[in-house]
Amino acid sequence: MADNVLVEQRPQVTEPNGGTGKRVRSPGAPPPGVPWLFMAPYLLLFGGFVLLPIVYGLWISLHDYDYTLPGHPWVGLANYTALFSSDSTVFSDFWNSMKATGIFTLGSVPLLLVVPLAVALVMNQRFKGRNVFRALFFAPYVLGVAVVAVLWRFLLDANIGLVNQVAGAVGLPDKTAWLTSTPSAWVALIGVTVWWTLGFNAVIYLAGLQEIPEELYEAARVDGASAWQRFRHVTLPGLKPVVSFVTMITIISSANVFGQPYLMTRGAPGTETRTAIYYFTDQGLRNYQMGNAAAMSYVLTLVLILASLLVTWAFRERRG
Amino acid sequence: MATATATTTATTPEKRKPVRRGTVARLVVLTLLGLIFVSPLIFMALTSFKNRIESAAVPPTLWPHDPTAEAYRSVLTSSGTPVLRWFVNSMIAASANAALVVATAALAAYPLARMDFRGKRVIFGLIVATIFVPPVILIIPNYLIIGKLQWLDTLLAVIVPTAAGAFGVFFLRQFFLSLPSELEEAAALDGASIWRTFLSVVLPLSKPALATLAMLAFLTNWNDFLWPVYVLFSPESQTLPAGLSTLQSANNVRYDLLMAGAMIASVPVLVIYVFAQRFIIEGVSRSGLKG
Repeated sequence: MADNVLVEQRPQVTEPNGGTGKRVRSPGAPPPGVPWLFMAPYLLLFGGFVLLPIVYGLWISLHDYDYTLPGHPWVGLANYTALFSSDSTVFSDFWNSMKATGIFTLGSVPLLLVVPLAVALVMNQRFKGRNVFRALFFAPYVLGVAVVAVLWRFLLDANIGLVNQVAGAVGLPDKTAWLTSTPSAWVALIGVTVWWTLGFNAVIYLAGLQEIPEELYEAARVDGASAWQRFRHVTLPGLKPVVSFVTMITIISSANVFGQPYLMTRGAPGTETRTAIYYFTDQGLRNYQMGNAAAMSYVLTLVLILASLLVTWAFRERRG
Repeated sequence: MATATATTTATTPEKRKPVRRGTVARLVVLTLLGLIFVSPLIFMALTSFKNRIESAAVPPTLWPHDPTAEAYRSVLTSSGTPVLRWFVNSMIAASANAALVVATAALAAYPLARMDFRGKRVIFGLIVATIFVPPVILIIPNYLIIGKLQWLDTLLAVIVPTAAGAFGVFFLRQFFLSLPSELEEAAALDGASIWRTFLSVVLPLSKPALATLAMLAFLTNWNDFLWPVYVLFSPESQTLPAGLSTLQSANNVRYDLLMAGAMIASVPVLVIYVFAQRFIIEGVSRSGLKG
């Protein structure tokens, strides 16, 4: 409807405007200060809860910041060096949690890149009921991690859980301790995460697939390209920016995994599945050791920045 | 539904391609996949209507033998885990957060899409760059900032800071850019102020985008887990996801109660999803295209 209005108005608007050459307070050239007035409420939030914390966190990480104590003495880089010296109290817990996050990320990212792509390719074909399936696959994502984790802890209960019961019924082992032993706990955490977020990545892929011009496929077909060749030489190159984006956000969200282990395994067995964020927040907001928790979060961020650079490099344009 | 689809495709082939065999295979695969995605949710719903013993039965029953709302009554009236209160808290927090996100993001996105001014690129670049800042580095300092504002253990702690996210500004800027600017120019020519133009021309044209953003913000806030777990500590001040964690600690293997709690936390978002899934999915998928 807006399009029709536009078509009718176009000549009326542009011609008198161009004719007189007068531009009265069009939004394009605002009086000075107006853009900043518009942006002020958001910039207040952005400054206060994004920019300030980034700097403030760095400052905290340079102090022995125990929330429960009145003084917060400056310690320079001690919180950082502690993470890299094996005789410090936090060394083994920190690296244990980084390792847990690493295992989770390495296990979940490839699955969350490939499986949703396969689903999106199937969904990209024209067939009846497509939107219903799309809605079904996306459904778990709208539920949030707390519901998903509580639900799956029930389904994965070693004794009464549906998963073991179904496994037993089809002749598979039915006593798997999904939540209290590794490696099955990793299978559970990664599997649940794939179930939860597959739809999210799939709809992003799907939108990307729909941006690839149909003519390219037609041309490839005329040239006698097989289905695999069309996928390899039309779909994948056309999808490259989207794959790069999905890779980036999937790595970041996997590296920030918290709710699944917090609610499903509580870090068990021992602290093997206690992930980085789980440990950092425990250290900073339960034990109130905010200085070293802040330092840990900057180290993790640095690792993520390096990972992002690696992704950007891997997806760089190779031609020209 | 599966059979209906198969017959329609068979009787009215849309394309000349020989799709029939592929269609059946695809339907089977998709239906199986669909079951994997939906059956856990159905089982959650069914379990919430079982009694304590049946909810832990081996082998599990599918349909409740003796359907009861006892689990709901129990979690809704318990004083240690006031689920009804959490529900109200979640409603207030998610609605207020959605309103704050839409209002501030629309105001900020408009000049970024339409006005020329010094510093525009820098400020937009700064905002977009923070989309990739891992939330972990904000947690500790924001906890201290919230503490200094005396907002700990109040709903303000979960309403305000998360509205600073860059997504809304980014999302609405893209939408405003896609609007034809002729209408705004006409309004300006008629002597409308920029503010007037924004209120009576731009915002009405943007209703679908504003509604989509409001829903996404509502869902995100409703589901947020990590932050409320740490900033809301007394039972009366929690939101549902944080409350589910409390409920789980208090009733370790009372799966009837846990599934009832999970249902209460799911139903509002599932209702929104059923009515608005197209907007939600398109809102999400559009965010990836411009990355």
